Amino acid sequence: MPGTLRRTLLAAALAAAAVLPAAAQERFITVSSTTSTEQSGLFGHILPIFARETGIAVRVIALGTGQALDVGRRGDADVVFVHDRAAEERFVAEGFGGPRRHVMFNDFVITGPAADPARIAGLRDTNEALRRIAVARSPFISRGDRSGTHAAELRLWRMAGVDPVQGRGQWYREVGQGMGPALNTAAAQGAYVLTDRGTWLSFRNRQDQRLLVEGDARLLNQYGVMLVNPRRHPHVKAADGQRFIDWILSPAGQAAIESYRINGEQLFFSNATQPEPVS
Amino acid sequence: MRAPDTILPLRAEGLGFTAGGVRILRDVSLIIEAGAPTIVIGANGAGKSVLLRLLHGLLAPTEGRVAWAGLAARRQAMVFQRPVLLRRSVLANAVYPLHLAGVARTEREARARDALALVGLGDLADRPARRLSGGEQQRLALARAAALHPEVLFLDEPCASLDPTATKAVEEIVLALAARGTKIVMTTHDLGQARRLAGEVVFVHRGRVAEHAPAPHFFAEPATPEAAAFLRGELVW
Amino acid sequence: MNDLGSAFSMAIGLIATADPAVAQIVLLSLRVSLTAVAVAALVGLPLGALLAVARFPGRGGVIVVLNALMGLPPVVAGLLIYLLLSRSGPLGSFGLLFTPTAMVIAQAVLIAPILAALTRGVLEGLWEEYAEQLRSFGAGPWRAVPTLLWDGRFLLLTVLLAGFGRAAAEVGAVMVVGGNIEGFTRVMTTAIALETSKGDLPLALALGMVLMAIVVTVNALAQGFRDAAARWAG
Repeated sequence: MPGTLRRTLLAAALAAAAVLPAAAQERFITVSSTTSTEQSGLFGHILPIFARETGIAVRVIALGTGQALDVGRRGDADVVFVHDRAAEERFVAEGFGGPRRHVMFNDFVITGPAADPARIAGLRDTNEALRRIAVARSPFISRGDRSGTHAAELRLWRMAGVDPVQGRGQWYREVGQGMGPALNTAAAQGAYVLTDRGTWLSFRNRQDQRLLVEGDARLLNQYGVMLVNPRRHPHVKAADGQRFIDWILSPAGQAAIESYRINGEQLFFSNATQPEPVS
Repeated sequence: MRAPDTILPLRAEGLGFTAGGVRILRDVSLIIEAGAPTIVIGANGAGKSVLLRLLHGLLAPTEGRVAWAGLAARRQAMVFQRPVLLRRSVLANAVYPLHLAGVARTEREARARDALALVGLGDLADRPARRLSGGEQQRLALARAAALHPEVLFLDEPCASLDPTATKAVEEIVLALAARGTKIVMTTHDLGQARRLAGEVVFVHRGRVAEHAPAPHFFAEPATPEAAAFLRGELVW
Repeated sequence: MNDLGSAFSMAIGLIATADPAVAQIVLLSLRVSLTAVAVAALVGLPLGALLAVARFPGRGGVIVVLNALMGLPPVVAGLLIYLLLSRSGPLGSFGLLFTPTAMVIAQAVLIAPILAALTRGVLEGLWEEYAEQLRSFGAGPWRAVPTLLWDGRFLLLTVLLAGFGRAAAEVGAVMVVGGNIEGFTRVMTTAIALETSKGDLPLALALGMVLMAIVVTVNALAQGFRDAAARWAG
C-alpha cells in the first residue's frame, strides 16, 4: 500500500514537473502592451516577421495602458508598448524605463447607435459631439480602466468643457474593462463610445453600432515604446529588448506596421522617422 | 509451553464503564488465564461487547483498570460481529495488519497466505474482499487476526450474522486456533455455541460479572439464579 | 439564435478539423489544469483525510477557513500569486510570472481547499466504518490517513474531477498570472474571454463548447473507470 502511495506521489510530482520545461530555453522577450495592438491583430502580423529576422520570440501581455505600465514598473516585462503619452512620460521621469520613442499612430473614433439620439453623425468636431451627448444625456460608455483610450477620452471631455462625472451612474457609464467589453456593452445598451479605430475595425459584435465621428486632429492616437530600466530590474533582457525597439523603429519594422490591413484598410501608420505630432 | 514473556494472565480490576450517563458495566474484576476458550455469555445489552472492548483496549474504562502481565499492544487481536474489510483484495486485507504490526515485508505475504489457507480462503487470495459472502468475509477477518499470531484473540459475536454452515466453519477455525495455543475470549448469545467451545464461562448480567466458572461446572450447576434462568432460556435481558 | 447555431457548427468544425491553434490551446489547458489538480491533491487529499480522522484543537477553525477558501474569487487568488511571483515580489527571482507554471500554481491554490473540503466529507463516512477496526490493528489517525486515501480512491476520483472541473473552467486567476500570451499561456478560458472582448461571440461560444466537450469527456472516462473499478472492489 505505501508502495502504491509512493507511486501515486511520484506520478503527481512527474506531472508537476512536466509543466516546468515548458518555460523552455527559447529566446524570448516579454512586451507589455495594450489590448488595441493585440486584439487588432497587429502583433500577430508583425511579430512573426521580427522573430524570423532575429530569432527572438515576443510574448505579449495585453492590458490597458495603465496596467501595462505597472507591469513594467514591477519589472515583469522587458519592453512597454502603449498609447498614453502623459503616462508614458511619467513612467520615464520616474526612472522605470525609457527613453520613450514614438512608433506609430492611428486615431480614435466615436461610435454609437444607428438611431443617434444626440445627432452627432458626420460631425468632425469632437467638442461639439461630446457636448451634444452630454446635453442629450445619451448613454456613453467609458472604459474607466486607466487605459490609454480612457485617458484620451477624459482629455477630450476636458477640451469640450464637459464634466461627464455629473452623469456618472446615469448616462455616463464606466465599465472598467477593455475596449472589447466596452464595445460589447455599448452595442447592447445603444450607447456612444470612444474607441481606437483598429479595435473598431476588427470588432465583430457591432449590432447597430455605427462609426459616427472621425477625423478631428484631437482624435490622434499615438503609440510609444520604451525599454524597462535594466538598472532598476537587472533581469530585464536589455539587449534583446533594445533589439526589438530598434527593429520596430527601423524601416523594416515601420514597413511591417504599414503593411497590416483589415479588409484592405490600413490600421496603423508608422511615424518614427517624423517628428511626433502634437494632439 | 508458553514463552516466558507471555502477556497473560489478563486482569480486570474494578472495571466500570459509563457512557452518556448510563452505567453499562460496573465492578468487573476477573482474571483470564491461558488455556481453553473463555466464553462470555449473557443477554443482549448485558454489557458483553463493552467488556470485550475494554479488555482489548478499544474503550478506556471510566473506573478501574485492565492489566496485562506483559506488553500487550501487538499481541492481541479482535474480530467483530460485522467484519470491516478494506476495499482491497483478500490477500491485501490479510497483509495490512502485518504491515502495521511491523512484520518484515518479506515475511508478510507468506504469513498472510498461511492464515488464508487456515480459514480455507487460499484460492480466493486475489478476489476483492468485499465481494465475498458473509461467511467468507468473517473467515477472512479471522485469517487477518490469526496472521498476527496473537496470544489473545477477542471475538465479539462472530457468528451472529451467519447461517449455520458458516457458523460451523467459524467455530472450527476458532477451535483450531485454540488448539494452536491462542487464548480465545469470545462473546456469544448462542448457548449451544457456548457449550461447544467454552473451557470456562463468564456470565454477564446487567452490567456485572455474575459468574465466572469452568464450563462443565457452569452448565451443570450455575451458582446464581440469574444464570440458571438464562440457561433455561427464561432470561431475555 | 443565429449566433448559437453558427457557434455550434463552428464548434463542430473546430473539433473536426483539429485546428492546430485550438489544439495547442486545448492541450495547454489540459496540461495546466491536470497538473494543478495533481499538485493540489498532494496537499488537499492528505489534509482532508487528516481533518476527517483527527480531533485536535483548532480543527473547527481550519474547517471554517477551508470552507471560506472554497469561495475564494479566482481573481483574488490570481492577484496574490501575481504579487508573489512578480519580479518585484518575494519569489520574483524565479521568473515564473506569465508562464504555465504560474498558472498551475494559481489553479492549485484555488482548488486545494476544494479538494481538502470534499475529501474530508467523503472520507468521514469511510472513517466511521473503519475507525474501530483500524484502532484494533493499532493504527492511529496518522496511520489511518494513507489507508483511507487508498481505500477511498474511487470516491476521491470524483473529488479530483470536481477540482479539475473548477480548474479548467477558471479564467480570472490564469488571466492575471498567465497573461494570456498567444502560443504560450493562452488556454481555453482566456481564449474565450479574448474572443468575447473582440466581439467574436460565435467563436467564443464555440470554444466554450469545445471546453465543455473536453470536460464532459474527461468526466465520462473517469466515471467509467470508477464504475468499473468500484464494481471490482465492491
